[in-house]
Amino acid sequence: MKIGAPREIFEGENRVAMTPDSVQALAKLGHTAVVEAGAGAKAGFTDAAYQAAGAEVVKDAKAVFAAADVVVKVRGPEASEAKLLKQGQTLISFFWPAQNAELLEQVAKQGATVVAMDMVPRISRAQKMDALSSMANIAGYRAVIEAGNNFGRFFTGQVTAAGKIPPAKVLIVGAGVAGLAAIGTSVSLGAITYAFDVRPEVAEQIESMGAEFVFLEFEQTQDGAATGGYAAPSSPEFREKQLAKFRELAPDIDIVITTALIPGRPAPKLWTEDMVGMMKRGSVIVDLAAERGGNCDLTVPDQKIVTDNGVTIVGYTDFPSRMAAQASTLYATNIRHMLTDLTPKKDGVIHHNMEDDVIRGATVAHEGAVTYPPPPPKIAAIAAAKPKEKPKELTPEEKRAQEAAAFKKQTRDQVAMLVVGGGLILLAGLYAPASFMSHFIVFVLSVYVGVQVIWNVSHSLHTPLMAVTNAISSIIILGALMQIGSGNWLVVILAALSVFMAGINIFGGFMVTRRMLAMFQKS
Amino acid sequence: MEYGFTTAAYVVAAVLFIQSLGGLSGQESAKRAVWYGIVGMALAVAATLYGPGAGNWLISLVMVAVGGVIGWYVAQRVQMTEMPQLVAAMHSLVGLAAVFIGFNTHIELTAIAGMDEAARQALTGFAAKVAEKTAVEVAILRVETFLGVFIGAVTFTGSVIAFGKLAGKVDGKAKKLPGGHALNAGAAIISLVLLFVYLQSGSTLALLVMTLAALFIGYHLIMGIGGADMPVVVSMLNSYSGWAAAAIGFSLSNDLLIVVGALVGSSGAILSYIMCKAMNRSFISVILGGFGGTTGPAMEVTGEQIAIDAEGVAAALNDADSVIIIPGYGMAVAQAQQSVSELTRKLRAKGKNVRFAIHPVAGRLPGHMNVLLAEAKVPYDIVLEMDEINEDFPETDVAIVIGSNDIVNPAAQEDPNSPIAGMPVLECWKAKQVFVSKRGQGTGYSGIENPLFFKENTRMFYGDAKKSIDQLLPMID
Repeated sequence: MKIGAPREIFEGENRVAMTPDSVQALAKLGHTAVVEAGAGAKAGFTDAAYQAAGAEVVKDAKAVFAAADVVVKVRGPEASEAKLLKQGQTLISFFWPAQNAELLEQVAKQGATVVAMDMVPRISRAQKMDALSSMANIAGYRAVIEAGNNFGRFFTGQVTAAGKIPPAKVLIVGAGVAGLAAIGTSVSLGAITYAFDVRPEVAEQIESMGAEFVFLEFEQTQDGAATGGYAAPSSPEFREKQLAKFRELAPDIDIVITTALIPGRPAPKLWTEDMVGMMKRGSVIVDLAAERGGNCDLTVPDQKIVTDNGVTIVGYTDFPSRMAAQASTLYATNIRHMLTDLTPKKDGVIHHNMEDDVIRGATVAHEGAVTYPPPPPKIAAIAAAKPKEKPKELTPEEKRAQEAAAFKKQTRDQVAMLVVGGGLILLAGLYAPASFMSHFIVFVLSVYVGVQVIWNVSHSLHTPLMAVTNAISSIIILGALMQIGSGNWLVVILAALSVFMAGINIFGGFMVTRRMLAMFQKS
Repeated sequence: MEYGFTTAAYVVAAVLFIQSLGGLSGQESAKRAVWYGIVGMALAVAATLYGPGAGNWLISLVMVAVGGVIGWYVAQRVQMTEMPQLVAAMHSLVGLAAVFIGFNTHIELTAIAGMDEAARQALTGFAAKVAEKTAVEVAILRVETFLGVFIGAVTFTGSVIAFGKLAGKVDGKAKKLPGGHALNAGAAIISLVLLFVYLQSGSTLALLVMTLAALFIGYHLIMGIGGADMPVVVSMLNSYSGWAAAAIGFSLSNDLLIVVGALVGSSGAILSYIMCKAMNRSFISVILGGFGGTTGPAMEVTGEQIAIDAEGVAAALNDADSVIIIPGYGMAVAQAQQSVSELTRKLRAKGKNVRFAIHPVAGRLPGHMNVLLAEAKVPYDIVLEMDEINEDFPETDVAIVIGSNDIVNPAAQEDPNSPIAGMPVLECWKAKQVFVSKRGQGTGYSGIENPLFFKENTRMFYGDAKKSIDQLLPMID
């Protein structure tokens, strides 16, 4: 099949859905590629690079749409692009079907199949094609860089000859993919990083990234796992508590990065005007939720503003596009993974399997019909966080009591064993003749010695141990040798056979043990 | 005088044997220890030939020589991957010898019972010793003989079947005749009844029937145990061969036989215990065969098995600083140890920290993997036990699982309903990346799905282990 990537025509969009690397990877699946001239220019990929990777470069989008069986894009199609889609053609891009119902209707009518990258279900198998996550990751990183760009001081604290520099304090609200990426970047720049999230189960992730979880004392907590790993709206009481906590923090914080989003709703207002007022002059707020109205009251989408008290509020909505090379690479890989799943036999033939949870979930239009919304996936996104039972800390007294009890039990067991064992032997002694008992003593002591000796044998030498015990268990040859002198011919024959077999064992066992042991070498 | 000398030689031999086993606590001392065993054995045989009761020297020496040459030849020729079979085959010989010697004792005993006083006086050697016994001693002798034959017979057929399974000549799957363990129990009860009959009458028929019953038990017991439980079976048979020798020692009033039998018997028992503990199963459940005792539905495994090609594995290995290799029976089957060793050598030459993690029940024999790796010249100081290395996985870049399955199954820790719940396993999934070299998507011996293969940091490297590793070799630079 031919996979085509047109140039993105949305204003300010620098990304591209196919890179020279992904062209090569697609070739392994049996696909060929066609690219519009200049498609990768803003992301740093030249037409020559595409050609070198084996892609065909055509002059305009029309040619791409005409030639390709599958069109891959970053942004959803503009009306002009949608018109170019043909019957049976597949479009893979972001689509936002809930917001673009009309466009979806129209495309479905044209008979095209649409795979919306924003609809990929959040299950672990689909992570490799989760473009929202890979873009959020970039946004989180870029948000910190953008903040640093507008912040007049260092992130990290230093003591220099020219004076002491305090470290910056960064608060990150919302620990989704973007939030965690921001935490990682901020921590690695050396800032003191705090993070907040309404889902208590992410506290561990926050702490694992090196930030401090802003803990909120609140009884009724919701289970984020029930909503596919996303946050859900919180109760008014909870919100009040949360805002109170932010107000407490605001005067100290230098940089706030907000990433809180609730699926299908406007972004929650978490950083109110009065909090901005409390912040120090020169502080920076980066609002990653600007596209959906912003988490901060004062955010202006797509703009950077400075408030009267000197706080910079960055409301850009195109962070991934600002790192077009990186974003294109990741997005192209997401697309490539989606195509891998669509090409199960790697023979260049697309098999659109609507039984597959991931493909079904992402497909919003197929064979002339709108297939959005998909049925709920069969698999839960993330396992519900189970309350952890903390191992009870024992006081020294309890520990001592436990040890004493264990010691007592051990003593009791040992004494009981000795008494029972001794009793049995005494009982046997009452009836058995002395000649038997003398052998019996030898036997019991040998078992005892055997146990003591064998426990010390190193695990790696267990095979040689078996071979050597095998050889020495041929000591049974002694019995045969003692009998072979008998006058009875049957006894002699049986004894001779036994001697023969034991002979095999003695030589075979010792030789093979020697051979094995000689192989063990130190480095 | 003569008797005193023989006993003295036996004491020295016994000490040498204990030294020989004790020396196996370390690789270097073990090389010395095996000589103690050889000298002890030579001393014991020489003293017995010299001592009372022996005769027909010529036959004895010829038989030892012929057996010795065969043993020597086999020992030189055997492949290290064939060790489990060899050990099982050798056990069967000890078992059969015990049966023969037990029968001899019985024959002598019957012959003496029919003699008059004068003829008894004329007896020499072993027969004379038997003739001196009182009535109670004769009864005890009968029990000992009976036991010796019983254990010997079980060991014999059991080892033959174990040999067949390990050598692939008998189907490795657990198989039982209709009636299952009731048949074994029946045979055991018959044997017990026959013991009393034999005790009363000394009847040859009772002894023969019991032998047949014991042979059946040995056959049926081991047929019912699957391939991966063989480490336990082989060590159990090892133990039995020791107890058989000890029982024969009692019946012949020979202390050295008793001492060595007890040493070997307890050694095998301890090995079985260690193996069972490593599988978190009771000895009884292994003997009864099969896995059982699930307490609820197994945890659902989510995700998919993601395959990777040699280039991907090689790239990860080139980037890694620390690598842990986890070999299993699959490595032995594919004869991949030489390739693994070569891979190890190449990686180590690049200054990477390469180590091996050995689970106690990896392979078909206790310590099987260690011997294979030693054969391929992997230095033993980078081959570590489970307890020594399990904590190091989180700091490891790449873990490579070669032909093992159940011993790396996270379900043992994560899923309380899993049949192997609680079994100690190698926590390789804690490494940053895990590669699993495996022939196909099947489940392991226990038939349990392995969630490791579905983990996000796991990549499946399908194909024959040897071919897969050979593919990697040229790509490591």
